[in-house]
Amino acid sequence: MKSLEDLKKMREAALNKVQMREGGKDYRVVVGMATCGIAAGARPVLNRLVEETAANDYNCVVTQTGCIGMCIYEPIVEVFGKEGEHTTYIHVDPDKAARILEEHIKNGHVIEEYTVDAAVNGGK
Amino acid sequence: MMPDLATHLLEIIQNSIAAGARNVCIRVLESIVSNTIVMEVEDDGKGMSEETVRSVTDPFTTSRTTRKVGLGTSFLKGLTDACDGSLSIESELGKGTTVTAKVRRDHIDLPGMGDFGEMIMICIQGAEECDIRFEYGVDENRFLFDTAEVKEMLEGVSIAEPEILIWIRGYINEGIERVKEIGL
Repeated sequence: MKSLEDLKKMREAALNKVQMREGGKDYRVVVGMATCGIAAGARPVLNRLVEETAANDYNCVVTQTGCIGMCIYEPIVEVFGKEGEHTTYIHVDPDKAARILEEHIKNGHVIEEYTVDAAVNGGK
Repeated sequence: MMPDLATHLLEIIQNSIAAGARNVCIRVLESIVSNTIVMEVEDDGKGMSEETVRSVTDPFTTSRTTRKVGLGTSFLKGLTDACDGSLSIESELGKGTTVTAKVRRDHIDLPGMGDFGEMIMICIQGAEECDIRFEYGVDENRFLFDTAEVKEMLEGVSIAEPEILIWIRGYINEGIERVKEIGL
């Protein structure tokens, strides 16, 4: 059974991690959590992103945003790099989300086939 | 429509956060005795005028600027209408808003409860600076969760660290299960 006392241990662990990291994280991973995103399945996507980031200590922060006007492509996950580079992944599901973290955040490779550019240029 | 009650509430809480609330109280109170579920979201956000309150369940009312529909409160009205319930919205400009939805607990059209731990986790993740209090009850039994307490324990470590968020999700869902078991 969990108790609030658990948080003391978690606090120590989090502090150690922050010290090891020095400076902020390199990537920002942003999930669209407006009604359109949620209706399309953004909740389990966000859940998986948080779980995988915790389990693998990926070099990113996971955050939320509202509707960005491309509801047809939801769930949408945007990845922002340190130099301002920006990738928009569309129709993301939990498994795709896990792969985005592994390939893009850990290995630094954009997964072209999941991006909005691929959908638009592919004539869909 | 929304798949479960937790997602309905998530939409309402997001409105509170968009209204600049610093404190949000969420109550989900089941009563087996009176065969009702009451869900309430109370915030200290910027509030609404009487006119806005009257039109807020209209899907073509929204404060957002990216488009002209707003569905959160309309969906909730749809739910209470479908499940022998009622929806009340009390608001005062500069003070805050309280949204209370009541439904019949055994109504055949009532969706499942959903994952409240996850719902609160998502709220905290989206609005770290906001204090969220969550109360869940079955008749007289209660489970209480308050981010202010958690933040105090964490002493400066962010409540939005992924490990902490996952712990919170589990803590809340355990608490809810315990209350349900006592209630049986």
